[in-house]
Amino acid sequence: MARAMPLGLGRSGVAFLVIVAAAGVLVPFLNLATSVDSPWHVPTTTVVLFGKYLCFALLALSIDLVWGYCGILSLGHGAFFALGGYAMGMHLMREIGSRGVYGNPVLPDFMVFLNWKELPWYWFGFDQFWFAAIMALLVPGALAFVFGAFAFRSRVTGVYLSIITQAMTFALMLAFFRNDMGLGGNNGLTDFKDVLGFDLQKSATRCGLFTLSAAALAGGFLVCRAIVSSKLGKVLVAVRDAESRTRFIGYRVERFKLFVFAVSAMMAGLAGALYVPQVGIINPGEFAPANSIEAVIWVAVGGRGTLVGAALGAVVVNVGKSWFTGALPEFWLFALGGLFIFVTLFLPKGLLGLVGTRRARPPEPPAAMPAPLESVVDRRAAE
Amino acid sequence: MATDPSFGAVLRRSLVAFVLLLGLAVQAAADTDTLSARITALANGDFATKEAIIVELAAMGDAAAVPALLAFGNGDLQIRKSDRKVIIAVRDGNLLKAVDPVTGADLGAVDSGALDRIRVNNNLRRALRAAVGSLTLLSKDVTVRRRAAESVFKSLDPTALETLDQAIQVETDERVRRLMVQARAAAILQTDRPETEKLEAVAIIAERGDQDARGVLSAVATSSEGEVKTRALAAIALIEQSLVMWEAGQNIWYGISLGSVLLLAAIGLAITFGVMGVINMAHGEMVMIGAYVTFAVQEVIRTSAPWLFDASLLIALPLAFLTAGAVGVAIERGIIRWLYGRPLETLLATWGLSLVLQQAVRSIFGPSNREVGAPSWMSGAFELGGLTLTYGRAWIIVFAIMVFALLVVVLKHTAFGLQVRAVTQNRRMASSMGIRTTWVDAMTFGLGSGIAGIAGVALSQIDNVSPNLGQSYIIDSFMVVVFGGVGNLWGTLVGALTLGIVNKFLEPYAGAVLGKILVLVFIILFIQKRPRGMFALKGRAVES
Repeated sequence: MARAMPLGLGRSGVAFLVIVAAAGVLVPFLNLATSVDSPWHVPTTTVVLFGKYLCFALLALSIDLVWGYCGILSLGHGAFFALGGYAMGMHLMREIGSRGVYGNPVLPDFMVFLNWKELPWYWFGFDQFWFAAIMALLVPGALAFVFGAFAFRSRVTGVYLSIITQAMTFALMLAFFRNDMGLGGNNGLTDFKDVLGFDLQKSATRCGLFTLSAAALAGGFLVCRAIVSSKLGKVLVAVRDAESRTRFIGYRVERFKLFVFAVSAMMAGLAGALYVPQVGIINPGEFAPANSIEAVIWVAVGGRGTLVGAALGAVVVNVGKSWFTGALPEFWLFALGGLFIFVTLFLPKGLLGLVGTRRARPPEPPAAMPAPLESVVDRRAAE
Repeated sequence: MATDPSFGAVLRRSLVAFVLLLGLAVQAAADTDTLSARITALANGDFATKEAIIVELAAMGDAAAVPALLAFGNGDLQIRKSDRKVIIAVRDGNLLKAVDPVTGADLGAVDSGALDRIRVNNNLRRALRAAVGSLTLLSKDVTVRRRAAESVFKSLDPTALETLDQAIQVETDERVRRLMVQARAAAILQTDRPETEKLEAVAIIAERGDQDARGVLSAVATSSEGEVKTRALAAIALIEQSLVMWEAGQNIWYGISLGSVLLLAAIGLAITFGVMGVINMAHGEMVMIGAYVTFAVQEVIRTSAPWLFDASLLIALPLAFLTAGAVGVAIERGIIRWLYGRPLETLLATWGLSLVLQQAVRSIFGPSNREVGAPSWMSGAFELGGLTLTYGRAWIIVFAIMVFALLVVVLKHTAFGLQVRAVTQNRRMASSMGIRTTWVDAMTFGLGSGIAGIAGVALSQIDNVSPNLGQSYIIDSFMVVVFGGVGNLWGTLVGALTLGIVNKFLEPYAGAVLGKILVLVFIILFIQKRPRGMFALKGRAVES
């Protein structure tokens, strides 16, 4: 149905890109070019908040790529996000230089505090921005590659894969909580001053980061679209719907999965790297399994296997979260938990599915397919 | 002091040990005034008078006099010139500090010029030794005697031999007597008695076989020659071997203890996930509900029937089972039955449910930890050889085994269990045979949840009862079930114990956190090798 559009973007895809691009340009403009009391003025706090949502949207996109199109339910994508964040955080930490509390030009404050004498080897290079930027992609990508290579080759699928990805992020969380890791222990990395010489407290820097996040989201969307609309994407969908059959036809299923898993992890890493300078802190809490699972529900809410829906879901849920935690903090978990249950029971295609059915359009590729055969230990019909 | 320097050194060494006696002495101090009066009297009179006072002090049988007597022997018992008060002068850096001889209270710094030493001669020293010995080793209080024997054993004080011999003669408590014999043996090794006697002493100490015995023997091995030395070295080797074994035993115990906790947390999951194939992320919250039921039961008992407190856990068990089981049935009927065949959706929905349950408990009971008390039969500890085992842990192990056995019996030997297995293996066939499969589903899920609930009763004894209680167990529980093999209760048992023991053996080398990380990494790798766990189901039921 989307043949007419370039790259098979579809109407929703074009609309999505237009909105993201418009936001990326307009929001900073309205923040910087208008006076504070103008009705058009967007406060800096809102810019930061929505900049955060854009990073979450990118994370949701990366999850949708593996879950929606390849049937890999990763409950550990928060780990890739956090690793990207830590890579950026390490750079920002180095950029503080001698402006820290202890004034040590090389060692971050927490290392001086813990009596470290020199930087551990894995900190070298992080004084360069380009190195940190590459690492923010490479470290999550490499972890996903190694993890996926093991898991997919051994044909660990379905809930087993979900459980071990969860174990992975849990193990990483425990590891990063250790002071011996040399990454700030449970306080994490914080007190950043500036990035590439721009003061992080300034509205202009905030707006720049917002625009960058919007660009990254748009870029991530284009990459995902390119992947899923290519022949490779068709194979991925085939793997999602009938893994064994795809294997028997002659495709090396594990390679396709590995590729898409690593790409997705790198996207998550990028999201984390953009997230950290905006919120100003990264700590091991980001590795908590709950965070990863929450990100999965963004995708489910928006509509699994639609890309646009994933990004939409991330923004909608997080706007809801901000509102709830401000207005009715007691009820946020009720609302979030209820959302999980409601969406899985009544909205298997998410918010976009709702729109799609009302218009009664020609059938799109099924958004929420039943789980791959292999993952069903005891397959049974609902009676 | 110059006349007998070793005596002074030994006494100073034992002073620290004997000061510990003070704690006991305080309650035993019948009449501090008389005691102070007698000690003050030491300031005047000739040696004979002083000796008489020492004998009187010993006869009082009050261990509070011990520090003063020891200080007297050291020449540290002095008179403050300003008010003629008797004090103990303690060297504190370059200064002298005055300490009350009876209460041990700090009386401030003093200049040595402001003090008069109470003189002591060899006669008095002998009297002092006898007095200290009889006040401690011959005390009426069995605890004081035991501690005195222990401290003599550690201080290797040969001057105590005389009193020890006397004490061994009259000792009635078998354990204290043995300690005294050991102390005597340790003291003999410091003297120049004949070798045969020393060899006998080495044998006695070797029999004791603990860390202290090793310390004494290694001191002997370095200071002596010939046969004594070889025997001592041989004994040290033996002791070290047995210490390693006890340490391993202790680790196994801790491991089994942790394993039983894991088993309790995971065994309900082994039913819902293992037998039914349902991913219940709200499983931890069933455990939490069980713990809160225990709390509620104890609250009610505290306010209305305190005499029932010891039975609170027994009352909580069925209530926790019913509550968590009812919640489980409700979950199955309300949510899970719509999602059969879609395990990933089940996972998300039950995760949402766990958030709701957590928040509900937080709203009802508050976010802070709740105090759940231990009944008297679960507190305390007992010793088994070189191991110290707490009753609480022991009961949890017993309890875990009982729950496991009960579950095996239910699944293997009851009509309900037969139906559960039939539905698991072939749903349609079971249905054709007239089994109400939906009812069996609900009941099985209720059973798994109920078991989680009674696990919560046990875990409330060792963990903080807070809304987050369940979350801390959910990953561990899944690890155990997946590691042990899905659909196999015995696999869960072996998996839980293995992970518990491995964890505890890693801890001394890697630390608690790193040990846990290593275990997680190990499981992740293990699943690569055996994606279906240690005891995988075979055949068509597995479907892949």
